[in-house]
Order: sequence, then C-alpha cells, then structure tokens
Amino acid sequence: MSDLVALAVAAPIVGSLVALVAGIARSKSGWPVAVVACAVQLVVAAQLAATAFTEGTIEYVVGGFEAPYGIELVVDGLTATMIVLIAVVSLGVLAYARRAGPRSNPFYAVYMLLVTGLTGMSVTADLFNMYVFLEITGLAAYALVASGDRGRSAVAALKYLLVGTVGASLFLLGVGYAYIDTGTLNMADLAVKLAENGYDATLTQAAFAFIVVGLFIKVAVFPLHTWQPDAYAGAPDTVSALISALVSTIAAYALLRVVYTVFGAGFVDANPLAHAILVGGAVVSIVAGSLLAISQSEVKRMLAYSSVAQFGLVVAAISIGNVTALMGAAVHLVGHAIMKGGLFLTAGLVATETGARRVEEFDGLVQRSPVGAGVFGVLAVAMVGIPPTIGFAGKWYIAVGAAEAGSWALLAVIVGSTLLTLAYFARLVERMFFREPSVDLEPAVERVDARADGGEGATGVSLGMQATVVAAAVLAVALGFAVFGYSDALQPTIEALLS
Amino acid sequence: MIDLLVTRDYYVAAFLLLGIGTYVMIAAGNFVKKVIGMNIFQTGIFLFFIASAYLDGGSPPVLTDIAPYVSPLPHVLILTAIVVGVALTAVALGMIVRIYAEYGTLTEDTLKEVRDSE
Repeated sequence: MSDLVALAVAAPIVGSLVALVAGIARSKSGWPVAVVACAVQLVVAAQLAATAFTEGTIEYVVGGFEAPYGIELVVDGLTATMIVLIAVVSLGVLAYARRAGPRSNPFYAVYMLLVTGLTGMSVTADLFNMYVFLEITGLAAYALVASGDRGRSAVAALKYLLVGTVGASLFLLGVGYAYIDTGTLNMADLAVKLAENGYDATLTQAAFAFIVVGLFIKVAVFPLHTWQPDAYAGAPDTVSALISALVSTIAAYALLRVVYTVFGAGFVDANPLAHAILVGGAVVSIVAGSLLAISQSEVKRMLAYSSVAQFGLVVAAISIGNVTALMGAAVHLVGHAIMKGGLFLTAGLVATETGARRVEEFDGLVQRSPVGAGVFGVLAVAMVGIPPTIGFAGKWYIAVGAAEAGSWALLAVIVGSTLLTLAYFARLVERMFFREPSVDLEPAVERVDARADGGEGATGVSLGMQATVVAAAVLAVALGFAVFGYSDALQPTIEALLS
Repeated sequence: MIDLLVTRDYYVAAFLLLGIGTYVMIAAGNFVKKVIGMNIFQTGIFLFFIASAYLDGGSPPVLTDIAPYVSPLPHVLILTAIVVGVALTAVALGMIVRIYAEYGTLTEDTLKEVRDSE
C-alpha cells in the first residue's frame, strides 16, 4: 500500500523499457505494452486519489533516507487530481493512436517516458527532483514532436528543444539560488527556511524570479510561448493531443506548487513585483494569445494559440491566490486538458476523414464528418465556457475568485477572454454547421510510419478514434456536473496550501 | 564595485558564460552553433553550482579528513544535470541530422527560404 506512490512513477518506466525491448523480438508490440502500463497506472492513481481524498495527504520517503535529506513523494488532493488526469488522458490518447499512429515501438517507449516524467513532476516534493522530471518530460516531448515524418516536425522539435532547455535551465538556476539560501531542497523544509530568512532577501527574490520565468517558458506564457504553436502544429495529431493536454498543464501545476508550497502566499504578498510578474504574464497571455488565435488560418495553430490564452487564465488564478481562484485553477487545468486534447484529436479525425486542416476548409463539415463536426462543436462550446460544461466551471471559479479578491481589472480581462474565445471558435462553428461545402478535398491520411512498417493499408477512421473523441466531449459536459462534489473534496487541500 | 567583482570572480565567470551562451543561441544562424550555445549556457549554470560549493580551506568531504568540508551535494546535483545535458545534446543533434537530410541545409536563413518556396 505505502509503496503505491513509487509505483505510479515506476509503472510507466517499466512499460517504456518493456516496449523498447519487445520491439527487438516483435515490431508493433508497443501498443499492447503501453496499454497495460497505462491501465496499471490508472488503477494506482485511482487508488492513491481515493486515499488522498478520504484519509488526507500521503507521504512517502524514497529509499529510507529521511526527509529533508532524502527525496520525498507527497500526494495531496491536487496531486491526486493531476495523476488521475495523466492516467486517463494517456490511456484515452492510446485508444486513438492504435489506428492513427505512429506505431513503432520506440514511439511507445518515449510515450511512456513522457507519462513517467509528468507523473514524477506531480508527486515529487523535492525541488531538484522536480527539475530532473521536468527534463525527462521535456526530452520525451521533443522526441515525440520530432516523430512526425515531415521536415517540419524536426524543425519544430529543435526549436522546442532550444527554448525548452533554456526554460528548464533557468528553473535549475532558481533552484540553485534557493539551495544556496537555505541549504535544503525539500519543498516543505524550504518553505520554513525561506520564511525564516525573510521574504525580502535578494537571494529568495532572485530564486523566485528565475523559477517562475523558467516555468513560464514551459507553460508557454506570452511572450515566452514561441516554441508552442510550431510544436503543436508540427507534431503528429496523436502527439499534439497528448502534449497539449498534459505537458503545459503539469508545468502550470508545478508553478502553482512552487509558488504556494515553496515560497508561500506570504512571499507573494510581501513582494509586489513577484505579484506583478504573475499578473502581467496572465493578462498579456490572455489578450495576445486570443488575438493571435483569431488571426490563424490553420486549425491546429489556432488551437495552440488558444492554449496560450487559457493558460493565461490559470496563471491569473495563481496570481489571485485565494481558495476559490486556486480551485478554479485546478478545475480549469483538468477541463482544459480534456477539452484541448479532445479538440486536437478531433482535428486529427477530421483531417483523416476529409483532409480539412485549414479554417476555410471546415465549411459544411457537418455533412462530410458528422461525428467530427458534432464533437468539435461541443468541445468548442465547452472551451468558450457555456454552462453546464467544465469550461464554464473553471472560468466561473477563477472569476469569482478575482471578485472576492477585489481585482476588478483582472476580472474584466477574465470575462473578456470568454468573448475572445467565442470570437475564434464561433467562426469555426458557423462554417461547420451553416455553410455549404465549397472546396473539394480528398481524405489526406497522414501515414506517419507507413514506410517503416512496410505500410499496410490501414487508413481511415477507426472505432477507437471515434470513441475517444466522443468520450472527450461527454467528459467535458459530465465533469461540469461533477465539479461541485469535487470542489468540496479539494477544499481542505487548497486551504492547507494557503495556510 | 571592482572589489566585489574580483572577490566573486567565479560567479562573474559563470554568468558571463550564461550571457555568451544566450547570445550564441540567438545570434548564430547555424543550428549546430545554436546547440553549442545551449551547451555553453548550461555549463555556466553547472559552474555556478560548483562555485557555490567551494569553501576556502575546505577539505574533500571524506570523513577521515579534517573539517571544514567542501559541500558535496551541489557536485552530485550537477553530475545529474550534466547527464541530462548530454542527453539533450544527443537529441538535438539527431534532429539536426534529420533537418539536414530533409532540407540539405543547416543555416536558419537558407532553411526559411527553402521552406517558403515549398
């Protein structure tokens, strides 16, 4: 029982190795291995979440080295939410990847490595350990983006790698400052010692600035987002969905964790500049991300810029920092992962079925791909934040949090962001449902590793692909109803985080 | 000011490397040079950690030696970070090989021209 936390990280690592080794004996054996590993991960995550929500925080010391000297793994309500999200999304995307590819064993090995890194970032309570998992996540994400067969993927991945490495390195530099300041790397221990040193110490302030800016790059906050649209648009559809749903989400979770567990609400209150960095990043992201999304003509790029704006909302919630707003951050992280992952998968499904990849090619889509258009419509509506969807619940909590804190300017931006989201999704919905198809397109199926596998004729849309996107749409609505029970369960965690 | 710089020369050197690395990453048009810039940038951070562990007159952290000891933990951390850096360089070079195979160029400007004309 007590080793379950370690198993949550170990299961995908083992899956990754088995997938790689099994590839030597038999090619295309990666998918079943990945499914088993993800299923184990889901069971473990569900068990951990059940324990964390009923019995309180789980703490696990790795290898018997007592905290604060050893690495500690901690699962509270927020962590539990994230690991369940990781397990559900990675399993869902696998159902889609069965037909859509890429199918090689190394792909699934890297896929599981990404899941490992994300899970590790969620459960760790040690700042340097978080850096290591951040880099594992990054490395796996760069390799996955490059797994597309076009040169565009490789260029996007190299750009992502260079920018992402700077982000992770700045994070490491910030960790170094905090370590020199206090002599410890354990988050809980750091919080105590940083408070003892006083919040106006230059070392503490520098550590905060480096860590936050480093994580801003990973979250893709404007203007540090430049890697993100290329990476999302250049990657294969399966990878776009997985990365857009999880990588920035867990980076934003790490930001929340570092700001409130390590530095604490007191630090942000005592340093107006620290607060200003967060608010500034949030506001600029929301406005610029939305405007850039409106100006895009490629659907996947538009969805990518939309993520910049949505993560602006999450950073806004972190900057507000009361119970309601942080609840909103957690809900919106989950909601955004489901909706954006679903939208990227649907975009891939539509492209496979009809060849439409650009906004103007979505004209009259409902006639050519009813499932794709229907799901895209539902998810777009959820993304805008129309009740009773999860998108509404997240934005509602963040907006109410802003009102409670008296941040009226921020509240105006948050409410305005809904209109901007409407602006770029409404034109797609209008084209899909109310226009006649004008262009003739051939289904351009992207066969990513057809040559490598000898290219059997498995083209078109599978039941698994359709089931996955429909499940995403159903979840986006159903979670909107589940949110009230969830917020009661999460309340103690957030209150403990802020105390 | 000068005194401060002279007594902190290790830190000054580390941050100069950070600056040089960033400059190379931005200014160099060649992808391989960009990766070299990334390595210089990371090396700056590694040296920063190592410099922070140094103690004037400290002995190696072996218990048979006499205290005070040099702090061993930053060395261990940086060993991990170096491994990460090597892995990153390997992945980056792999991508550069693919870009070269696809477009036949390693410079940013030529690549832009090739891609625009596609």
